[in-house]
Amino acid sequence: MSAPQPVFWHCPGPDGQSPEYAIAHDRGRKHRLLIVPALFDEANRMRRMLVDAMDRLDQAGIDSFLPDLPGCNESLQNFTAQSLHGWRSAMQIAARHFGATDVLAVRGGALVFPASLPGWALEPTKGATILRQLVRARTIAAREAGQHEDSAALLEQGRTEGLELAGWRCGASLIAGLEHALPQIEGQSLIAQGQLGGGGLWLRAEPAAAPEQSAALAAIIAAEVKA
Amino acid sequence: MSDTDSTLRAILKDVLGLSADRVAAFDAATGLFGDLPELDSMAVAGLLTEIEDRLDIVIEDDEVDGELLETYGNLLAFLEDKVAA
Repeated sequence: MSAPQPVFWHCPGPDGQSPEYAIAHDRGRKHRLLIVPALFDEANRMRRMLVDAMDRLDQAGIDSFLPDLPGCNESLQNFTAQSLHGWRSAMQIAARHFGATDVLAVRGGALVFPASLPGWALEPTKGATILRQLVRARTIAAREAGQHEDSAALLEQGRTEGLELAGWRCGASLIAGLEHALPQIEGQSLIAQGQLGGGGLWLRAEPAAAPEQSAALAAIIAAEVKA
Repeated sequence: MSDTDSTLRAILKDVLGLSADRVAAFDAATGLFGDLPELDSMAVAGLLTEIEDRLDIVIEDDEVDGELLETYGNLLAFLEDKVAA
């Protein structure tokens, strides 16, 4: 078994082509899975589980690629300049760059994945749910600091000026996009958390590994991709 | 144990990554926000959103105060009232 390798792909940004990072198991095999990560902190909480699933897929003879969304993780792009539309374009570019044959969209990744590829969506979620949780974290933090912030007023501000949520400086277009975005499932299979066993890692307060969930996820994909 | 009680324990187990035994030992006086270091504002937001989903209720901004999240008993009593309403 070999460790996944860091690789680069190029994505257009406001200042021209920007190198973006992905981790990959690439041995030029027939089945090539693009993994579109969850959004915001959920991506961090689920990353170890996904990377472990990539190792399992490698053993099952399937190549896989986990790219950064522009502005996230190792990306040098400005987070505030990002939008769902921009992420959707970026994931299409990544799919082409890596020659993806299949896709796995994780949680909010289902809002921006290339829906033309066959594949899976793991517990896809609405943009409004993600936004509600981020705004709530901000109002709770304000309350702890002895201040009062109103969700509706924050959202109004977010739509026009952008908004800092849980340390993410979201631009107005990202906020507006999240408010109404629904997962764009077009024939991909849904994977429910119950099929992986245990609790959803995106709920966890701290990132954690879950080897049994990684194994279950890889087993579902390996069985269906070769069917 | 009420349905709301078992649902709330299941959610806390998922959010905090605790064993079923530890969560089963929670009583009305068990401290939450402030006592459990994992439970920062982001985790509390996730907890409340998941509670809304699983219990099919809406928790308003002004209902979320320090007291609500102080103990397991406070949170459970609030939710049982909501579900019954």
